[in-house]
Amino acid sequence: MIVIGEKISVIAKKVREALGKKDPKPLQELAVAQDKAGAHFIDISIGPAEENGPELMDWAVKVLQEVVEKPLCLDTTNIKAMEAGLKAHNNAWGVPIINSTSNEPERFPMMELAGKYNAKIIALTLGKGSIPADAEDRCGIAAEIMARAMENGVPMENLFLDPLILQLCTMQDQGLQAIRAVKMFQQLNDPPMQTVVGLSNISNGAPKHVRPIINRNFLTMLIYEGLSAAIIDPLDKDMMDTVKTVDVIMGKKMYAHSYLDM
Amino acid sequence: MALVIPKETYSGKIYSIQLGSGAKAVTIGGASALPFLGFEGTFPNRPAVALEVMDIAPDDWPETLKKAIGSAGSNPVQWAKFCQQSGADMVALRLMGTHPDQKNKSPEEAAKIAAEVAAAIDIPLMILGSGHAEKDTQVLQAAAAATRGKNCAIGKAVEENYKTVAAAAMANDHKLIAMSQLDVNLAKQLNILLTQMGFDKERIIMDPMSSALGYGLEYTYSVMERIRLAALLQNDPMMQTPIVCDIGANVWKVKETMAPDAEMPEWGGLEDRALAWESVTASAMITAGADMLIMRHPGAAAKAKEVISELMG
Repeated sequence: MIVIGEKISVIAKKVREALGKKDPKPLQELAVAQDKAGAHFIDISIGPAEENGPELMDWAVKVLQEVVEKPLCLDTTNIKAMEAGLKAHNNAWGVPIINSTSNEPERFPMMELAGKYNAKIIALTLGKGSIPADAEDRCGIAAEIMARAMENGVPMENLFLDPLILQLCTMQDQGLQAIRAVKMFQQLNDPPMQTVVGLSNISNGAPKHVRPIINRNFLTMLIYEGLSAAIIDPLDKDMMDTVKTVDVIMGKKMYAHSYLDM
Repeated sequence: MALVIPKETYSGKIYSIQLGSGAKAVTIGGASALPFLGFEGTFPNRPAVALEVMDIAPDDWPETLKKAIGSAGSNPVQWAKFCQQSGADMVALRLMGTHPDQKNKSPEEAAKIAAEVAAAIDIPLMILGSGHAEKDTQVLQAAAAATRGKNCAIGKAVEENYKTVAAAAMANDHKLIAMSQLDVNLAKQLNILLTQMGFDKERIIMDPMSSALGYGLEYTYSVMERIRLAALLQNDPMMQTPIVCDIGANVWKVKETMAPDAEMPEWGGLEDRALAWESVTASAMITAGADMLIMRHPGAAAKAKEVISELMG
């Protein structure tokens, strides 16, 4: 399964401060640590960055790719900042991911960028108005997004459908709906559509000691249903051990006694 | 409508490994698709054929082999030169004389022969112990040091002795042959352990343990297939090492390469039959993805090279 490392997020105080001061070191350290832990993509979340978005994303992409030979997952709602990030990205180490578009009109330009820069893109199955009710609702939104991808020249293999993970503690039935959606999304195309989740949302609001347990078990169920990628914390060893073990059980990686070390 | 041939896309690639130096250096590996599927990937290097030489005379080898090798067999240096003249890509020196049940030669004696052989040929050299895991550690250490700078393949490192053998290869800048017993998971495990002790995975050559036609060849074949699928489709870096098949030692122990014409008249003449046995075993391993073969009969080796030339196009 594809691991997108989530540690470089504007939500974290350390990252926010580093982005504010343009101090590359804390960001680079997090990128290197996630790379070593087995992340395939490094997420860089700068938030809306209304003041200096393009300049900030350009800087962040360059400082991160100075230290890791990995593609990045560019995470901002700011269209101009996204485009600056795509321009700055070194595709020698892989194609970047745009995080994200959805079925909300203000996010349509992200899909245009994916077409223009031949980038991968995460699409939240979230429409205008309310959150999706169930897996069927998510599939309907997914179909509209897929049509828009085709209009913009984005090949289906570049599109990652995200069923939108909601918190278990207040919307208990939505966990299972997201799992069903991951299974159903794949049937929307041949070869199957790729899928992704922002995992930790599932345990938002739950007590701190319970969160990792919810996260890991939920991830196991999602991978079983064919999840292609997850935005997770690769520095969480228990989480990575879960990913590796499920991959081995699913026959996606060959077993060896030391498989957890790889 | 034009026919579109379905193609597999591979995410992984086999490492390339160079052995020896100069004009006669050999590079193996580098494949980016399952064996010889040229429409799906590239095969920059042809499989290399090594002919086997021992540090002792081949007294217990079958007559067909002894006849082919002739008087060269009495001296490892002459024998190695004979292999080079016979068109081998490499020489595989097996230090059989060091085995406690053989002549129990000392590591120093073995090292001296290894150095002499290395100096006498300009094709790359592979240095193999006798297969006695404990004795091999000392023998291979001494032989690796005596051939430092020759960029040899040293082996075989097995579960019982891999640390010392790998250290000897590392200290003397050689490549390493790592063998596990017909088990994909143990093959991967050994490569992980070697990597964890700091041995560069791109300097390992994997020996999945070979066999002879009719004597379990299909097990080797399917182990190799699974290794290549993991390497290429699952992009498993621990499975992306080139593969060596040590076939001569297995082939020339079976009845089909030894039974005289009179004993088995319905099997055809011994010499043709024996050569066919080794070359057919070799061609099966080549199609399974072998990057390097260790063979014994120059005639069978020549046949194997013909098969390789035809498959490479």
